[in-house]
This record gives sequence, C-alpha cells and structure tokens, in this order.
Amino acid sequence: MRTISLVRQLGEVLVAVGIAPLFAGWIAQCRAWLQNRTAPPLLQPYHMLHKLFQKDAALATDASSLFRSTPYVLFGTMVLAAAIIPSIATDLPFARAADAIALIGVFATARVFLSLAAMDIGTAFGSMGARREMMVGFLAEPALLMVLFNAFLLFGSTALPSLVDGYAMKRSVVDPSVLFAAVAFLMVMLAENGRIPIDNPATHLELTMIHEAMLLEYSARHLALVEWASSLKLFNYACIGFALFLPWGIATHGSDGGVSMLIAVAALAAKLVVAGAGLALIESLSAKLRLFRAPEYLAIAFLLAVLGLLVHLLLGTSANA
Amino acid sequence: MSRAHQWIAAAMTPDHALRVLLILILFWVVLGAGGLLRPRTLRLVAHILFPLGAVACAGVAALAGIFLTSGHAPETMILPPGLPDLPFHLRLDPLSAFFLLLLGAAGAGISIFSAGYFRVGEGSAPALHCLQYHVFLASMAVVILANDAYLFMVAWETMALSSYFLVTSQHRIPEIRRAGFLYLLMAHVGALCILLSFGVLQGGSWQFTFDAMRGASLTPFWATTAFALALLGFGAKAGLVPLHVWLPEAHPAAPSPVSAMMSGLMLKTAIYGMLRASFDLLHVQFWQWGAAMLVLGLFSALFGAIFAAVQTDMKRLLAYSSIENVGLIFTGIGLSVLFAASHMPLFAALALTAALLHALNHALFKSLLFLATGSVLHATQQRSLGKLGGLIRRMPWVAALALVGTLAIAGLPPLNGFVSEWLLLQSFLFTPQLPHAFVNMLVPLGASVLALTVALAAYVMVKFYGIIFLGQPREANLSHAHDANKLERLGLGWLAGGCILIGVLPQLALRIAAPVTGQLLGTTVAPALSFWRIAPIAPEQASYSGLVFLAGIAGVFAVTFVLVRLIAHGRTRRTAPWDCGYPWQTARMQDTAEGFGQPIRHMFGGFFRMERDLPAADDPAPRYRIHIEDRFWRAIYQPIAHGVQRTADAVSILQGGRLSVYLLYSFLTLLVLLVFVL
Amino acid sequence: MLKSHLVAELLRLLAAGLLLISFAMLSRRRTQRLITLLAWQGAILFLSTSLVAWDAGLTELWYSAALTLILKVIALPWILHRLIQRLGAQWDNEPLVNIPVTMLVGLVLVIFAFGLAQPISMMATTITRHTIGIALAVILLSFLMMITRRKAITQVIGFLAMENGLFFAATSATYGMPMVIELGIALDLLVAVFILGIFFFQIREQFDSLDLHHLESLRED
Repeated sequence: MRTISLVRQLGEVLVAVGIAPLFAGWIAQCRAWLQNRTAPPLLQPYHMLHKLFQKDAALATDASSLFRSTPYVLFGTMVLAAAIIPSIATDLPFARAADAIALIGVFATARVFLSLAAMDIGTAFGSMGARREMMVGFLAEPALLMVLFNAFLLFGSTALPSLVDGYAMKRSVVDPSVLFAAVAFLMVMLAENGRIPIDNPATHLELTMIHEAMLLEYSARHLALVEWASSLKLFNYACIGFALFLPWGIATHGSDGGVSMLIAVAALAAKLVVAGAGLALIESLSAKLRLFRAPEYLAIAFLLAVLGLLVHLLLGTSANA
Repeated sequence: MSRAHQWIAAAMTPDHALRVLLILILFWVVLGAGGLLRPRTLRLVAHILFPLGAVACAGVAALAGIFLTSGHAPETMILPPGLPDLPFHLRLDPLSAFFLLLLGAAGAGISIFSAGYFRVGEGSAPALHCLQYHVFLASMAVVILANDAYLFMVAWETMALSSYFLVTSQHRIPEIRRAGFLYLLMAHVGALCILLSFGVLQGGSWQFTFDAMRGASLTPFWATTAFALALLGFGAKAGLVPLHVWLPEAHPAAPSPVSAMMSGLMLKTAIYGMLRASFDLLHVQFWQWGAAMLVLGLFSALFGAIFAAVQTDMKRLLAYSSIENVGLIFTGIGLSVLFAASHMPLFAALALTAALLHALNHALFKSLLFLATGSVLHATQQRSLGKLGGLIRRMPWVAALALVGTLAIAGLPPLNGFVSEWLLLQSFLFTPQLPHAFVNMLVPLGASVLALTVALAAYVMVKFYGIIFLGQPREANLSHAHDANKLERLGLGWLAGGCILIGVLPQLALRIAAPVTGQLLGTTVAPALSFWRIAPIAPEQASYSGLVFLAGIAGVFAVTFVLVRLIAHGRTRRTAPWDCGYPWQTARMQDTAEGFGQPIRHMFGGFFRMERDLPAADDPAPRYRIHIEDRFWRAIYQPIAHGVQRTADAVSILQGGRLSVYLLYSFLTLLVLLVFVL
Repeated sequence: MLKSHLVAELLRLLAAGLLLISFAMLSRRRTQRLITLLAWQGAILFLSTSLVAWDAGLTELWYSAALTLILKVIALPWILHRLIQRLGAQWDNEPLVNIPVTMLVGLVLVIFAFGLAQPISMMATTITRHTIGIALAVILLSFLMMITRRKAITQVIGFLAMENGLFFAATSATYGMPMVIELGIALDLLVAVFILGIFFFQIREQFDSLDLHHLESLRED
C-alpha cells in the first residue's frame, strides 16, 4: 500500500463527507428555482448542522442504547461506503474490501439499524416509518441486483474499480442494455433515497412520510448525524451511478500525480452539478405516488433491468458474430 | 470366541480420529443414561451432565476441524453389531467432518444453554430430557458417520424417535400431542422414501454399503428415480415445500433448546443426506436434477419468507424462517449440481461452498434466535408477539445477543449470514454461461428471486426483533421480566461469537469448506487471498473483507463520537417522547405483529388462505380477527388424509367381528395354497 | 464497413426502444396514452426502415418508410384519437390482472420469444437479423395486452401493435415485403379501423358503455 493511495483514500472520504450536504443544498436550490421560489442559501445545510450540534439532545425516557448509538452506526456505514466507492480514483486500498453487491449490503445494514431505532421508542409513527422503509427496501433490492448483473455481463466483474477501468477503455458506443440499466438505477436511486415519486423529503404530513417518520424522535447532534448520513447516502448513490455509467474523469489505475487528481475532482464537481439539476427536474415534474403504487414503480425498474439483461444476451453477444 | 476376535481386530485398525469420535459419541449416551441415576434432581442434570455434554460437543467440533484442515485421507471402520452379513460401516471423510464440525459447534452452545434452561415441573422429568437429548445428539452424529444403508436407517429412526419424545415433552397439552403426531408421521414418510432410494441405489448388487453404491452403474431412469426418492425423503426431513407442513407445528410445540437442535442441527443432517446421495453416491449426472432442486429451493425460500412475515407467534415465525433458509441451501446445492453436470466445476465449487457455508451459518444464528426466544418465554410466559415488547430494558443481555443473531440472519455485513448470501449471489452471476438454451436466460431471474427473499428476510427479522425487544411493553406484567442466568448467557454468547467470527474472518470458513468441495467435485474455490479478504474466483472480479467492514464502521463510530464530544458537547436531557405532539400515547398505538406484516399480506395475498373478521362501522365492541392458513394443507394433505380414511373404512369391512367369518378366511387361504402348491 | 457498424448499433437501439414501448403499453392505464405510444412505435418503425434503406440502398424501402410515416405516425393515431373522443373513452382502462403480474407474464413471453428466435436468426442474412427475437416479442406482448384489458378500444390498438411487430420482423429479416403486399396491408388496416369504429358506436348504443363484459350478456341462456 503506497502512501499516495492512502492520501487519496483519505482525501476522497473527506471530500465526500464535506460535499454531501452541499449536494443536498444544490438540489434544494434547483427545486426552488424550478418552482419559481426564492432559494435558500447554498450553504444552508451546513448552517443547520451547526445549529443542531449546539443544541442539547432531548431523548425519550425509554430510549435504549440502540437508539442512541444508531446515528453513529449510520454515519459509520455511510463513510465506509464513501471510502469504497471510487468517486475520484480507482486505486484505493479500501475499494478492494467490497464489490458492488457488498455495497448493497452496507446500505441494507444502515436501513435495518434506522428501522430498529425507529421502533425503539414505541410511537405509532416510528413503527409506521420502519414498516414502509423496509417495504421499499426489499422491493428495490432485486432491481438493483439486476442492474449489477448487467454490469457484470458487460465487463465481467462486480468490483467497482474494475468496472470503471473497463468502461473507460471501451469504445464509446451507446448500448441499449446500458441505457435500460441506467434508467432502472435512476428509479431505484429515487426510491432508496426517499425522493419523489416515492417519498417527499420536504413534507410535513406525518402520514405520508417514509424516511422522515423514522427521524421524528431524534434531536440535536443525533439528528445532525442522521441527516448528514442521509445526504451522504444520496451522494454515494450518485457516485455509484457515475462509476457504473459515466466514469470519464475518474483517475484510473496507473495514472498517478496531481494533474489526474485535479481533473478527477473537477469532473466529479461537474457531474454532481448536472446530476443535482437533473434530480431536481425529475422531482418537480413528477407527483408523489400512492404508497401501494410503489411496488409497481419498483417492478417497472426491475423489469427494465431484466430487459437490459435479456437484450444483451440476445443482441449484444451475437452482434459480434 | 469369534466375536471377541472380531472386536479386537476392529480395535487394532489405525483409525485414530474416527475412534476418538466414536468414544465421544458413546460418552454422550453414557451421560444421558447417567441422569437416570437420580431422576428427579435438577442439579445433577443441570450442573454436571449438560456442561460435560457441551465439552464433548466442543471436542467433536475441534477434532472434525483438525481432520478437515490437515487433509488426511478418509478413515473407515467396521463394527461388529448389525445384520449378519452387513455389520456397521463407518466413515470419516471431509463431508462428514464438516457436518460433525457444524454439529459440535452449535451443539456446544445449545448444551450450555440447556444446562441453565430446563426447570423442574415442565412436562417430563429433567433426567428423561437429558437422556432423550443426548441420544438425539448421538444419533445425529452416527447418521453423519454411517457408511452403509442399515446403520444410516437405524440412526435416522433413532433420531426421529428421540426427537419425537423431546417435542412432546409437555405431553399433557393436546396441541402439542397433535404436533408431535404430525411430525412423526412426516418423518416416517420421509424415511420410507429414503429407504426406497437406497433400495434403488444398490443397483443389483444387493450390497447395501455405500462403497457398493458408489461403484454401481445405474441407467438414467433408475438414477433419476433414486434421486427423486432421495429428494422426497431428505426434503421431507429438511422442510422443503410442499413437505414442510410439520415444521411450523413441531418447532413451536417443542421446548426452545429442542427447537434450536431441530432447526439448527437436524435439518442439516437432511442436507448432509442430500449431498451424500446426489454428489457421492449418484455422481451428479444430469443438469435437470439441479434445475429441479433450484426451483424447489427458490420457491421454498420465497414461501417461507412470505409466511414468516405474517406470523403472530414468535416461534412459528422462526420456523418459517428455517424453511426459507433451507430453501436457500437447496438453491445453492441445485446450482452446484447444474454447474457440475454442465462441466463447469469451478462455479459448481463456488455454489457448493455457498450452500455449505449457509448451512453452518444457519446452524449458528437460528439456534441463537431460538434459544433467545426460550429466555423470553421463561421470563414472560408469552409466546404471542401481540403481548411482548420493550424487553430490551428488562433483559439487556438477551437483547444484545439476539441483536447479533437478528443482524446475522438478515444477511447484513459484517456478520456471517452476509458471507454465504454473497457467495450464492456470486455463483448466480455465472449462470448466463450455461450451455443449455432457455436455462441460461431463466436462471439469472432466479438471482432476483434470491435477492427478493434475502431482503424479505431482513424485513421479517426487523419485525421479530422490533416487536419483541423494542418499543413499549404491550402487557403490564412484562415489567417483571428477568434476564437470562449465567449458563444461558454463556450459551448464547458462544453462538453469537461464532456468528461474529465467521462474519469477520470468512477465510476460516472457506478453508474448512475447501476439502469438502475438493472431495465431491474435484476443485475448490481460491483460498483466502490474504489474511484480510476473500476473493473466491478472482480478485479483479469481486472481493470482500469482513475485517475492513467491522474495523471501518467501528473506527468511524469511535472517531465521530470523540470529535462530536470535543467540538460540540454531550449534554442530554430525558423527556417524554415527541410523537408529533400527541399527548395521550399508549402502548397499544404501536404496530402489532399483524400490522407490521400488512404490506406483505397486501402484496402477496395470493399465497395465503385468509379468513378475516372485520368490524362494522357501527359496532359497539369492534373486534378484528385474521387467520392465515397454508394452501398446501387444504390442497394436498387433507385430500390425502380423507382418501386414506376412506380406504381404511372400506378395508375395515373385513373385520366383521364374527368368529365364523375369520375361520372362513383361514379356510379360504388353505384352499388357495393347496391348489397352487399341489 | 464503418457505416454498417454504426447503422447496426442504431438499429439495436431502436429495437430495444420498440420492446420498451410494448412493455409500456402493458402498464399504461389511460387509453389516450396507449395511442401516443402507438404513434411512437410508428415513428421508430419509420426511423429503422429509413436507416435500412440508406444502408442497403433500396429505393423501395424509402417508399415503404414514407408510407409508414403517413399511415402509422399521423393518420391512424389521429383517427383513433377522434374515435375515442367521440366515444368518451379516453381514460380509465384498468387491466384484468394487476400490473406487476402482467409484467411478469410479459417477461416470460419475452424470454420465450428470444429463445425461439435464436435458431431463426442464424438463417437470415441481413445485418439486423438478430432483431427477429424482438419483433416476435412485440407481437406476443401486444397479444397479451389485447387479452388483459377491459375496454373494447384496446383490442384495436393491440391489433395495430401486432401489425407493427410483423412489419418490423419483415424489415429486419428480409429487407421489407413486396410493395403490392404492403399497400394491400395498409388498405386493410384503414378499412378495419373504420369498420371497428362503426362497430364501437353500435356497442355503445346498445349497452351505454364500452366494457367488454356486457357482450357476455348476448349469450343465449
């Protein structure tokens, strides 16, 4: 393990942790512009985190140690995921600790811990949020797995660094299975991060909440950590999407030196700006679905991914014959 | 004289490991019998016999582990008891050593727990429990070591009978007697199928040793018949759909350590039998066998998960979860057979490793969960999920260890359940390379069913843990709950430690599974790449490091904690819960077990047979009732039962009760024999 | 042969789009949307025929593409649109079986079609022969759509979608059909739509609704 890769690894984690709230803030800005409102300042999420850290934590009298430690566990899993995903460079020591399927497992751990913590206090809304979040989770996993299956068929690997290296060397032609997989991934990303059309992140109506309902009992530093972890989760999903479908700019294996790192950081920033605007556009154009239409939505995502797989099996390999 | 010669000759063969194992097995039986000296005292049983049994289990596990990792050749032994021309053959090879390791490791934890669990006054006397328990354990070990059909069937029957007595410990309750009867019936149906399968496997040589069966060459028709009979027989014991109906009845009826043994250990002997029959005796010839096992396994897994999500009894939930996990193991075995019969041995080894690992993991975490429910049952006398809740405050040890088990069974990194599920998903990735026409497009869809099942298992386990341990207590008397005693904690801790160990260092598990795949398939997956990660096929393709996961999460946890305390502060104050400002919150406002399972019920309604009583809008005392039943019961089992009843009624006409009629029967038989013989 | 390679890639993309639209037609709830999707199918057929015409240099295919544009993208959707406006049947069109199950059945049909098409595509000689599987899948999916819907108007749309699939199969496997046959089919389609339109008015007059289960009451008991 060379020191340069350790430095890169640390840098990547710090960039992820630092930029994630900014990404969430940028999406909020774009939404406001599209909805013809005055936008909050771009650094608003940081101000909110600062405010929350200053407050005293108000815990319910019955809160157990599971409830108190969950925010830290969430933050830990999200930081670990950020360390594994090659957002800036592929030559990272942590990147070899997990492939994409293990990454899904990390997100599942975070989801289960949050659901358990929501059930801990014993309120009606907490258990409702837990039940809904687990439902969306278990429907999204098959779709996500099929997207990774697609990637495996195209490049022979599920490890993200190998995928990025392989894609960057492929000639850039549009492949229908990649397109299908990309749309399916986008749909799953919206579902898993609690965005419209599955869940409205800015809602105040508790009966419509999925993700927010699990956070109702958290306050002060715990809430700050959970919110930070949520924005980090969105950032991570965006970076997985970039690694799978838009990997240009990431410093691949063998390219050392400061120039490639600067290019990678600039490319990441540009991609995040565009992705944030795109997400805000999708959110503003769609309406939130009824809860029991969510299985249909995720079934469509699953279907798209499987179609991509089948189209590749039929057309992709035989087109070279 | 000749018998003595035979005994001495048997003792002289240089089979060290096998001999020591047999001595340990005999020791178990002696322990069991020892309890009969003082039948009514608990102290002897609890403080001496069960702990000694646990030590013997650990010894068995250690020996098996040493045998596996040292790479010795298989050892055989012939013991004089048995039929005149078929003495007892025993064999210790990597496959049996792996399952003995499983038996010993999980059995040690269960035995220690039982030492602290069994109380006087609950059904049978403690000494009887001790005897039945240890005979059960010994018979399972002999099943794994048997090398001929007769000893196998003798041990199998002993296993069934001793577990029947254990299941019906509280025999004064009619439901438990019913459950025991159903269990015994299904066990014997399965045993009959296995016996018939052995009958076909001997292939004309009329020698019932496994060596003869290995060498026999069968036509494809007879080989498939033997395979189908073995699948029926071992599937009935393992709980494969549609032969699973006894599982959700027998597991809740038995005392918790017995449920743990049955779920954790007995189902694995059925898996062992299936592996022995299809890989060793039948030499996996046809890919269609693998496809059949794959389909049955995936269906069982999905079925088990869906039914588990709608249960309201905590032990029934765990029983259905066992059906799901057995389905996953059969999926792995089916995939392995599919690859092996298509001449892709490396991928077959990967799938088989996944199946073996999942069997080991399931033995550990399912036993842990059943034992935890035993502690909860003792503390609260409640089995129904609708009357539990908030136990994490009264029983912190059990809650913490059960959390480890819950996270493991939900397949979350960095625990052991994730490793086997990850390996299984990895093996599915290679299925598009299969050479058969429609199979290579349909089997990848199986991967999505697998992912759905695994995610659904996480849902079920969040329900299980959340409703029992978290939230507010749903009954007032739950405030008197007490935590587990020292021996129980030790047992739970041993099993939880095993889960964590295999999760964080999966290389160890891969090392002990490698000789088994080497024996059955001829190849093994790549051994551990380095001390901190595994990469079964190739490092560029996929790799996983449990150590990094644990270290990463724990490290960030610690760093964040310290930083937050330093930069901000750690002040806390306790208040009433927020609950959106609603002031009159009671414990009845949290989710019930039915409520938590409602999305599953809504989406997968077609799988169940539901009866619902819904209150009307103007009902003065509204009651809501829902009853969910298994469709297989009405569709398959009741018609068969009615058919048998009708046939029996028809035949019973023969028993008129009149003496002259019976004499007439004898007279007619005599006439017929005279005509045909002369 | 760079031109052919690029054309082959684009045709694969268009074929995948066609398959996607057929699935989308299985899941849409509103009749108005179904007609829009049908128009998009026609547009894809126009593009693919034009591409093949440009690559292979056959003038007949250019005429065929023009005919497709006029008929399938403009005329037929417009006629259908007017029809449902006058019938008042733009919206509500719930399928008989729920949507996820319909999609799963559709998926199995696609696998079936792909499996069948592989030996056939070995025998054809054009650059796009591998898309026969997709054409077969489109036909089967439109048939499924016809089976699983309640309102009568969807039968027509399914019938037209089936014909789209057949056309795509013809273009990709054999560089189009003889002109005479194509004109004949086009005329048949127009006539069929007119006749069916008259038929629908009769149904609505008789039963005051276009729900197909009313036709069952015509049975003699």
